[in-house]
Amino acid sequence: MRHLIDILDLSEKEITDILDLADDIIARPARYAESCRGKKLATLFFEPSTRTRLSFEAAMYELGGNVLGFSEASSSSTAKGESVSDTVRTVGCYADIIAMRHPKEGAPLVASAKAGVPVINAGDGGHNHPTQTLTDLLTIRQKKGRLDYMTVGLCGDLKFGRTVHSLICALSRYAGIRFVLISPPELGVPEYIRNEVLEKKNIPYKEVHDIEEAMAELDILYMTRVQRERFFNEADYIRLKDSCILTSAKLKDAKEDLCILHPLPRVNEIATDVDRDPRAAYFDQVLYGKYVRMALMLKLLELA
Amino acid sequence: MIVNPITDGIVLDHIQAGRAMEIYKFLNLGSLSCTVAVILNADSVKMGKKDILKICEPIELDLAVLGYLDPGITVTYIKGGEKVRRVHLSLPDQVEDVIRCKNPRCITSTEPDLPQVFRLADRDSGTYRCIYCESKAK
Repeated sequence: MRHLIDILDLSEKEITDILDLADDIIARPARYAESCRGKKLATLFFEPSTRTRLSFEAAMYELGGNVLGFSEASSSSTAKGESVSDTVRTVGCYADIIAMRHPKEGAPLVASAKAGVPVINAGDGGHNHPTQTLTDLLTIRQKKGRLDYMTVGLCGDLKFGRTVHSLICALSRYAGIRFVLISPPELGVPEYIRNEVLEKKNIPYKEVHDIEEAMAELDILYMTRVQRERFFNEADYIRLKDSCILTSAKLKDAKEDLCILHPLPRVNEIATDVDRDPRAAYFDQVLYGKYVRMALMLKLLELA
Repeated sequence: MIVNPITDGIVLDHIQAGRAMEIYKFLNLGSLSCTVAVILNADSVKMGKKDILKICEPIELDLAVLGYLDPGITVTYIKGGEKVRRVHLSLPDQVEDVIRCKNPRCITSTEPDLPQVFRLADRDSGTYRCIYCESKAK
């Protein structure tokens, strides 16, 4: 039985297979409309999320399956003190597959050992969010036609932003990838990403503090939100949240075929006037997220 | 200084100088009734100074944990006064319930019954990471 806890659980070929399947679902959705008939997805969200949970649920409904679950820890038996292991062992008796978000890092790994059904990590604290990475990869491949030979700018909260860490790990496997890390010094990528991924694999990267410094060389610009919930200290959050903001004016030197991504939700890091720019791909990204989750569930359920 | 040779037992040689007592405590050698010799700061051609532990009883050792504590240790098993086996330790791929994860965001911080498992992430630097949250062992 396969689970998806970390994007690196998937080989390059498995990622290609999932993206190819997502492409086919986009091209021929009717073919998959009954693929999960009789199957149930449990969405166990111990932490609030709108987008990811609804994306999983929409994906399962579009495959003809059903959904059960909860959307916050207070409405689960965790509020009574139940362990993650016991909760998933119980839910594994009701559902065929589990998508789980939890504020504690590693909770989905614990769940995968106990559930008896495939477990998908839908975000564990500031750690991993592999289905967002699959979403990002599908969006990049749809927009650029490839996943290699690109300069990728990552902007905003690179310290706590789990989507950034997973995306760096995933793209590091492809040839010709170069990263530009754009953040205030306090929110730079963690040491382990720098030492054990970028430097160990000899992946070229540079760090800048101003989004305009790097704009002209980027093929992909991946914006992230400075997340209030990742800070212990409100004063630090307020001081740093506005430091990396994208506006239309800042795009003046950008390439014609730049692709602007954002895992959403945004607060103010992308001005709304950028939404009208044809290079803004973040709402397409939301749609691709549903398709790639459909593809992933079909693969984990061994239905495709 | 004369330390008598062992007839049946174990010698832990090439311990980094100054670490023998830590290993003595970790292996709980104080609970043994047999003779245990702790030799500190012995001269060593290879290491300059080294520590040695001699245990006059063939006890069970967790070599993986010992390798984590000091991968340079040589373990020699002695039986009937003869060296019957020599093991050069190395960093184990994984250790369980030896290191505790200190990351307050890790699932182990709220579910204490979980085994504390750390995996070797980088052999060159000897870096171990928690399998749950990937925090570096400290």
